[in-house]
Amino acid sequence: MPQMNMVQAINDALRVAMSADRRVVLLGEDVGKVGGVFRVTAGLYDEFGADRVIDAPLTENGIIGAAVGMAMYGMVPVPEIQFADFLWPAYEQVVNELSKYRYRSGGEFSASMVIRTPVGGGIRGGHYHSQHPEVQFVCLPGIKVVIPSNAHDAKGLLLSAIADPDPVVFFEPKRVYRAAKGEVPSGDYRVPLGKAAVVRPGRDITVLAYGAMLYEALDAASKVAKQGVECEVIDLRTLWPVDIDTIVSSVKKTGRVAVVHEAPRTMGFASELITLVCEKAFYHLEAPPLRITGFDTPFPYALEAEYMPLSHRIVPAVLQAVRSG
Amino acid sequence: MKSQEYFDSRYPIWRVLRDDGTLDPELDPRISVQDVVHIYRYLVLTRTLDRRLTALQRQGRVGFHVGSLGEEAAIVGAAFALRESDWIFPCYRELGAALIRGLDLQRFIDNMFGNRNDTVKGRQMPDHYTCREKKFVSISSPVGTQITQAVGFAWGAKIDGQDLATLVFFGDGATSTPEFHSGMNLAGVFKVPTIFLCRNNGWAISTPTSQQTASETFAQKGEAYGVPGIRVDGNDLFAVIAAVRLALARIEAGEGPTLIEALTYRMGGHSTSDDPDRYRGDEQLRPWQERDPLERVRQYLVLHGAWDDAKQQRLDREHDENFKRAVARAEATPPPSLESMFDDVYAELPWSLREQKEQLLQGPRAPKGH
Repeated sequence: MPQMNMVQAINDALRVAMSADRRVVLLGEDVGKVGGVFRVTAGLYDEFGADRVIDAPLTENGIIGAAVGMAMYGMVPVPEIQFADFLWPAYEQVVNELSKYRYRSGGEFSASMVIRTPVGGGIRGGHYHSQHPEVQFVCLPGIKVVIPSNAHDAKGLLLSAIADPDPVVFFEPKRVYRAAKGEVPSGDYRVPLGKAAVVRPGRDITVLAYGAMLYEALDAASKVAKQGVECEVIDLRTLWPVDIDTIVSSVKKTGRVAVVHEAPRTMGFASELITLVCEKAFYHLEAPPLRITGFDTPFPYALEAEYMPLSHRIVPAVLQAVRSG
Repeated sequence: MKSQEYFDSRYPIWRVLRDDGTLDPELDPRISVQDVVHIYRYLVLTRTLDRRLTALQRQGRVGFHVGSLGEEAAIVGAAFALRESDWIFPCYRELGAALIRGLDLQRFIDNMFGNRNDTVKGRQMPDHYTCREKKFVSISSPVGTQITQAVGFAWGAKIDGQDLATLVFFGDGATSTPEFHSGMNLAGVFKVPTIFLCRNNGWAISTPTSQQTASETFAQKGEAYGVPGIRVDGNDLFAVIAAVRLALARIEAGEGPTLIEALTYRMGGHSTSDDPDRYRGDEQLRPWQERDPLERVRQYLVLHGAWDDAKQQRLDREHDENFKRAVARAEATPPPSLESMFDDVYAELPWSLREQKEQLLQGPRAPKGH
């Protein structure tokens, strides 16, 4: 089986989807000739032509608005927003149009598409190339939100997202774009949406993570294991609809839960996950749930390693939760 | 504004229907008198519905209405000029376009009441209907969002090798939105077969066009995007049809989009929630009353011996009866089912909505009167 990094795996998924279905089109800033600023779409312009790999003008609201129209026509657009930080001009189209089309038309129209966008910090990108705005999409009825952590899942999840009848925001953790290497099957295969993966079983505490922070959670888990604490690390993979069954059954087993994410803490996704755990497994909890997250500041440039919830912050938090309970 | 000012501009106004009821032979779109009668019936229907629905809103029987008084010719004429293959991306003021496309009156009235037969299942305000089978797209309230979508739809069809155009309606206020800029720009760059129809009706709620733009015309905004702009008398049915047909001819020749500025006037409020007396006077209405688009078409038909008072009375009676029958039926129809609140959010109910649906169904009901 070929070894690929996440960039290559996503590229391969797009090639598989475009080869199988001529309705699949890509559009975005610099996605064509240059293959995207991260080279995720490299080679596709030559293979599928300028009509299907469209170098768009610099207009995020135009790209997503046009993609909504294309989807209504019956195409399967996979627009790229160059950085998740640049999604906001398109947010009106996502909030008021894309997420509501099926509902507001009583099922007459829908706009199935996948918005791909690199996300997250740790690349010295400052405020505007580092943010992790998943909650602004998780909170929208009608939208699904996906984030892979590895090459195998990236391809399989993207192919599922492209085939899905609902609009999907597909976050790509750019910090591990090239570091997350692994075996990737050739051809079409699917990793189902809505299914988390227990990537490290353990008995003492459930650690929920996704995207680039999964690796920090795993690193912390191996460190605390040396002190006899066993983390059960879960890669959420789909943020919404989240795999509640896997989370709840894990917490019922471990009695503790920590959520790790890069985004700011207040109203972060951890708040929703912990509320769900409290609603469904409160009497199984043996310690207060933990939020190990970015701080409630704009994403800082020089101090990004201090801002992000890297393993050095996860280790003591987890140890304290396990020992105090 | 005096009409002479328009003719002095770089974008002269197309007029076909002269004051004496004859047509300018140079621009005449050559519509049969029979077709003009057909269109006229929808102009009158649109106005009848506006009047009737406004009355129902005042009586508290429907929640809201957004009308098109004075703008009917631009709306109905543009829709008539399209080919059967073409799609309409409406703003929220284009009821006449939906009707002439074949939107069933009962279906529309059911939407006004948000009842169980409403095809959008009572989820939207009145006047937010959908009619896919007539190629009339779902309506939303935010201004301008349909513009980029209309471009994307036609662009998708172009990539797919299908011969169709989209016509997108929007008001003068929408030209200030990012959607207008993005949509015009994309359509210009990619030669997308979209017709941009700006109903310049003088007002965006209380904001006059002079405060919407410093441009002399809206048509000239096309120039910056490489999209030819034309200005027509929007109260002249024949000029509107001629302009849309010209835009279609450009599309058929592979020349891409056209921007049409239809000069008209919003004779009513923005909606039933608006009181235009607060920001404009009768003296502003008067010149436009003299150019009432319906009266001008009626004059034309009378001149051609195709219309008379007896026919008008018959038509008015027919519209009134149809309206009353549709309203009676809509009012007797129950509201949407509770369960339906959760349908169509996703293609399938996720666990979270299954739980919430269960909670709603087993929980207390809202007090009556809400």
